[in-house]
Amino acid sequence: MKLDAKIPEGPIEEKWANHKMAMKLVNPANKRKYKVIIIGSGLAGASAAATMGELGYNVECFCFQDSPRRAHSIAAQGGINAAKNYPGDGDSIYRLFYDTVKGGDFRSREANVYRLAYISNQIIDHCVAQGVPFARDYGGLLDNRSFGGAQVSRTFYARGQTGQQLLIGAYQALSRQIAAGTVKMHTRTEMLDVVVADNVAKGVVVRNLVNGQVESHSGDAVVLATGGYGNVFYLSTNAMGCNVTAAYRAYKKGAGFANPCYTQIHPTCIPVSGDHQSKLTLMSESLRNDGRVWVPKELGDKRRPEEIPDDERDYYLERKYPSFGNLAPRDIASRSAKEVCDEGRGVGNTGLGVYLDFRDAINRLGEETISARYGNLFDMYERITAENPYKNPMRIYPAVHYTMGGLWVDYNLMSTIQGLYVIGEANFSDHGANRLGASALMQGLADGYFVLPQTIADYLATMGASHERLPIEDEVFVQAEEAVNNRINRLLNVNGSRTVDSFHKELGLIMWENCGMSRLKKGLETAIEEIPKLRKDFWANVKVNGSADNFNISLEKAGRVADFLEFGELMCRDALAREESAGGHFRAEHQTAEGEALRNDDDFCHSAVWEYTGDDAVPIRHEEALKFDNVKLATRSYK
Amino acid sequence: MAAYNIKIWRQNGPDSNGSMERHVVKGIDGDMSFLEMLDHLNEDLEEQGKEPVAFDHDCREGICGACSLVINGQSHGPETTTTCQLHMRSFEQANITEITVEPFRANGFPIIRDCVVDRSGFDRIIQAGGYVSVNTGNAPDANANAIAKPDADTAFDAAACIGCGACVAACKNASAMLFVSAKVSHLAHLPQGDAERHERVESMVNTMDREGFGSCTNYGECEAACPKSISTDNIATLNREFIRAKIGRIT
Ligand SMILES: Cc1cc2nc3c(=O)[nH]c(=O)nc-3n(C[C@H](O)[C@H](O)[C@H](O)COP(=O)(O)OP(=O)(O)OC[C@H]3O[C@@H](n4cnc5c(N)ncnc54)[C@H](O)[C@@H]3O)c2cc1C
Ligand code: SF4
Ligand code: FES
Repeated sequence: MKLDAKIPEGPIEEKWANHKMAMKLVNPANKRKYKVIIIGSGLAGASAAATMGELGYNVECFCFQDSPRRAHSIAAQGGINAAKNYPGDGDSIYRLFYDTVKGGDFRSREANVYRLAYISNQIIDHCVAQGVPFARDYGGLLDNRSFGGAQVSRTFYARGQTGQQLLIGAYQALSRQIAAGTVKMHTRTEMLDVVVADNVAKGVVVRNLVNGQVESHSGDAVVLATGGYGNVFYLSTNAMGCNVTAAYRAYKKGAGFANPCYTQIHPTCIPVSGDHQSKLTLMSESLRNDGRVWVPKELGDKRRPEEIPDDERDYYLERKYPSFGNLAPRDIASRSAKEVCDEGRGVGNTGLGVYLDFRDAINRLGEETISARYGNLFDMYERITAENPYKNPMRIYPAVHYTMGGLWVDYNLMSTIQGLYVIGEANFSDHGANRLGASALMQGLADGYFVLPQTIADYLATMGASHERLPIEDEVFVQAEEAVNNRINRLLNVNGSRTVDSFHKELGLIMWENCGMSRLKKGLETAIEEIPKLRKDFWANVKVNGSADNFNISLEKAGRVADFLEFGELMCRDALAREESAGGHFRAEHQTAEGEALRNDDDFCHSAVWEYTGDDAVPIRHEEALKFDNVKLATRSYK
Repeated sequence: MAAYNIKIWRQNGPDSNGSMERHVVKGIDGDMSFLEMLDHLNEDLEEQGKEPVAFDHDCREGICGACSLVINGQSHGPETTTTCQLHMRSFEQANITEITVEPFRANGFPIIRDCVVDRSGFDRIIQAGGYVSVNTGNAPDANANAIAKPDADTAFDAAACIGCGACVAACKNASAMLFVSAKVSHLAHLPQGDAERHERVESMVNTMDREGFGSCTNYGECEAACPKSISTDNIATLNREFIRAKIGRIT
């Protein structure tokens, strides 16, 4: 596997502009002759499909929900970053770039992050032009707030529904192209394999989830915009349908998988209340603008929060990180919460929780202001927990939220398979070992609106307008379809005694215990032994009812869990091989005396890229070295 | 821990006949969400070798608009929220143990299986004009135009629609007027939506009719069922926009 990041020459500020000039273009009259298949209609997929359609390409877009408007991006609450510097607090493209590289604990590719910071401003302009209703101040201009890991206010937001409003903007642009006939949308359709010939992407095999039909689609390029894989942990803040299938299938066809172990555990989620729980709910990080995080100083202090006087409270983030305080980056805030709970100072019935307290903010600003800022989040909290956060502090605990790892891509967003592009959360992207808040929306839209439509043209142009597409009758398609059908039949024919969910839960526990917030060599080795056993048990004992030719929710889930059962092992292997702590990857063996993450730049200043070598065979680990020419490789400090 | 008698709609496919099926679901905690209660039922069914009840859901946070059940005769159940954000304590506290569960029924929402319906008519209504025609590229600076906060707020209130379809299911005429008006009103209150406002409203309303949704006769059931409190004021806005569009055409 060859890893050429194709980073353009020149100073970092000029790379993208130079690259755009150097790339080949497709003649407008020829664009419709190129068929581009886009899997996913979240922020990344919908924005890409809409823009490619506007440019005149022939686009086919797929999603598994009943409408592109329901992609998981819809759930993003807090906001989207941009370097507009509207508040005049000293922000700039360079500062956003710097914060993102530092936030990612120096494990991302400089050139990509710089481009992202540069494009961030165009995204806001475009979204406003589409009618996205961002929050405005009384003068009618756009309002900003702060997010973790930054000392400026650069986050644009739309109440607590930023993802929804941005996705609806992209969905509407996509709808316009569907009406114009440039994009054909296939909803309730799941991609089950990429079709690859001689390491070139030729198309996909999909299953219509309504009638079970398996069919092939041939294209000149394939784009995966299929989101993140946090659901490998069973419990996460992701939507129920989020999965790794598309990315994992591509990996098995030869696409390198980068840094699969980089997982973001979000510090502010509603704690688990019982085993019935199907998912966890995020309370946006924006709450840390006004909420103060604390636990009792005394071990086992069972008093009600309001009975604990201030000097008996430990506002541990403010104490440990005085300059960032409650706005310390996510990985640090999560680990600190785990630490105080491990000490036995956690709150709530389970002891796995810390307080997020708005008392002081309400005293200072009044309930009305707080309600205008966070009303819908407070309501959601009360609905789920039956407690009123205006009166009592919220209880929060970290939960799996985002996956920085993903398919490896070069500067053009192309994977190691020619013509297979990966955008949004599905690629290993720009966030290194930890993503800062409000930067996933930014990245998804940068990829979809502004980067991919430019870079893909260069690839397509090389083919020439008179190129031929592989017909779906070709042997590669026939074989891929047959493999998909065989797997479906295999799942239906096990006819064992355990439900799909019971396997998923068991895998989730193994992953959370051993590859979660804190990782140890021994635990990872155990997981690498246990997961294959569980996988074997799955294929011997799973029970999938119903048939292949109908709407079958058990079968859908079974296919996804089967992939998680292979992928979880890859994550553990990656975590085991990375003998350092960086961002969200905390190897307990590698920490400073104060319990902070200890990087090992001598040996691990690289992205790890895994190559598939066969079922049950050990994959090969490759490295893409990371060079820092514009940011000094330093120990992250938020003190 | 409580037990509930559930009557739930089963229908094998779009063309099959459906009927209500009875189940007893035990061991339900008040902190469980309604859908977690159904997960529990499905887990029981699967263990017995039966097919689980199909229903739409994804985010389980009240924002994607996928979940769509009529519970004891009400779209999304007894509270002003989505099905996924309804919790079992709501039934526990009211001492209700009999629960009927049905799909969103409407001419414009054909049943696919069990409680899953086809709401693609909503997508086609948006495709008919629920957008601003601006290509990706050189938009002016985002702060080039100030938008008065009251307008921005009104637009936002309308933009909060999640496209769930509860309004249609609650309406005696199965009208999609509240949904359509939310989009019309969102864009009509912003300068960006101005240029296309006439074509938009006409085309969206025509498509709504073509998709088999009924007409609006002001029952107001839609607003009561809407989990996002979309106001029927938007319908008044739509009517105004519609008349303006017609007049605009004549003069
Ligand atoms: C609760 C929550 C809050 C968040 N808040 C913020 C925030 O405030 N700011 C921020 O920047 N980020 C936030 N994030 C992160 C951010 O929302 C996501 O990373 C981002 O939206 C992902 O977008 P995407 O387009 O890559 O993928 P998604 O939106 O997940 O879309 C994936 C698409 O792929 C399709 N798909 C997947 N697999 C298949 C398949 N096999 N076949 C066919 N289709 C498939 C799906 O149908 C869907 O259309 C939040 C995340 C969560 C969970
Ligand atoms: S108007 Fe309300 S009920 Fe109707 S689709 Fe929108 S959110 Fe749902
Ligand atoms: S499942 Fe998304 S709104 Fe209910």
